[in-house]
Amino acid sequence: MKISRAEVAGVALLARLRLSAEEETRLTAELDAILGYMDKLNQLDTAAVEPFSQAVEAVNAFRPDRVANRPDPETLLANAPDRDATFFKVPKIIE
Amino acid sequence: MSLAELTLHEAAARLRKREFSAVELTESVYRRIAETDAQVRAYLTLAQESALEAARRADERLKEDGAAAPALLGMPLALKDNFLTRNIRTTCGSKILGDFIPPYEATATAKLRGAGAVIVGKTNLDEFAMGSSCESSAFFPTRNPWDLERIPGGSSGGSAAAVAADQCLAALGTDTGGSIRQPAACCGVVGLKPTYGRVSRYGIIAFASSMDQVGPLAKDVRDAAILLEAIAGHDPADSTSAPQAVPDYQAALSGAVRGLRIGAPKEYFVSGMDAEVEQAVRAALRQFESGGAVVEEISLPHTEYAVAVYYIIATAEASSNLARYDGMRFGCRADAEDLTETYRITRAAGFGAEVKRRIMLGTYVLSAGYYDAYYLKAQRVRALIKRDFDAAFQRCDVIVTPTAPTTAFKLGEKTQDPLKMYLSDIFTISANLAGLPGLSLPCGFDSAGMPIGMQLVGRTFDEATILRAAHFYEQATEWNKRKAKLKSKK
Repeated sequence: MKISRAEVAGVALLARLRLSAEEETRLTAELDAILGYMDKLNQLDTAAVEPFSQAVEAVNAFRPDRVANRPDPETLLANAPDRDATFFKVPKIIE
Repeated sequence: MSLAELTLHEAAARLRKREFSAVELTESVYRRIAETDAQVRAYLTLAQESALEAARRADERLKEDGAAAPALLGMPLALKDNFLTRNIRTTCGSKILGDFIPPYEATATAKLRGAGAVIVGKTNLDEFAMGSSCESSAFFPTRNPWDLERIPGGSSGGSAAAVAADQCLAALGTDTGGSIRQPAACCGVVGLKPTYGRVSRYGIIAFASSMDQVGPLAKDVRDAAILLEAIAGHDPADSTSAPQAVPDYQAALSGAVRGLRIGAPKEYFVSGMDAEVEQAVRAALRQFESGGAVVEEISLPHTEYAVAVYYIIATAEASSNLARYDGMRFGCRADAEDLTETYRITRAAGFGAEVKRRIMLGTYVLSAGYYDAYYLKAQRVRALIKRDFDAAFQRCDVIVTPTAPTTAFKLGEKTQDPLKMYLSDIFTISANLAGLPGLSLPCGFDSAGMPIGMQLVGRTFDEATILRAAHFYEQATEWNKRKAKLKSKK
């Protein structure tokens, strides 16, 4: 086994996903098969290979930090799952 | 013949001669959609009102600009539903975005609108562009116009099907592992994934940021060149967009391939692939030779590792990019007793099975203890894959391969086996890993009447050469002139 059911449950917490028992069973089998396939990469000795970093040579791109395309608050808030006047209403995080 | 069947360049020439108006052209496209989309289901959202308004403005502008009018003026185009369109619902094929109305516009689509194009609507896709069949859309699967029992390819399946069914003149898609080229092959249209960085990704919903790229799906090679020229170029709002000047791509369509060096990688002609696909691509290679090109067998020795590398890197990047869907500022939210549970339940309800699978895989390969074994290992093998291409392009100018190992498969055929589905991208993902431009165009039909796609891969920023070679082949064969025979049905 490449991955256990307990590991799948742990990864689901890291990924902020709530899985049903049925999903956990299915994902354990599926991820195990996929990770098994990825073992193929171990056929290659890559100790001396520098990891890939970018496809096209590029350097840091700087530009002045100026507001363009200023968002209109009403347009932004229109997508809010919950709002109160001109605020996004979110769950309380401090007890 | 319906006006909707025209290519962009044909329609633009006739619009200038006042044979019809932009409003009439747009109306004919919506008529075609009304007749065929109950079967094909290419569109998630239609924007008929704003499209007709844009068409009216195009007719006005044509009076003022005359011959100087941009090539796309008045042209009805479709957009994959992962392009943010101001005031037009954008779902990315997912429930988690709910009825998201973007507050801003993607640069690529802003350029199209600036050139006077008419945005017909938003096309279906695999949820978050993760899939090869359009079956993982949270809404419904799109059907292949050539055979409604078959998939249109994915993830830009809606755009490819809409072009093939004449429900638009051309479309835009995105390609992270083949998502423009594979559906183009499945639906018998031309699809171009430009070089990484060639087109701005500002306002494109991110999937795997080291590979995502925007490109056209079109009825012929000239249309693909016209669209690429309209959307390419540096954008200060996307720091990964390339500063290189945009060439005149139409000027590259000389019809000549004499002296062009074409490499046929032996790893792309392997057992297990469809014999009819192999025969069609080999016949195409002979066609290039008859035009004076030199075809030579080459080797890309690390090809067999590409799928494993891709599904580590793409899922790792996706797990990070999709962390933003937390149900706080947009999209849907399911409230629970504490914040972590709110996140978990929101995301569980909002994402479909394939997206969850990839987030899980990506989170796992990036997690402490596994990062070196998977993610870093994959980036090292990715460097070897890039090196293979660098060596090959010392010897040849274009690499020709099949776009996919088979023609379009049946709906449901691969949904139960994710690994089998992942392997349908086997011939397209290397170009994304290496950042190279790739184009798919029709090169024949199999005995079931389904289109076969051929892929041309070029050097970094050398879209002009693959467009030239593709145009030569298209002129010599005219496979693109065949149309799917959809019965009109209301």
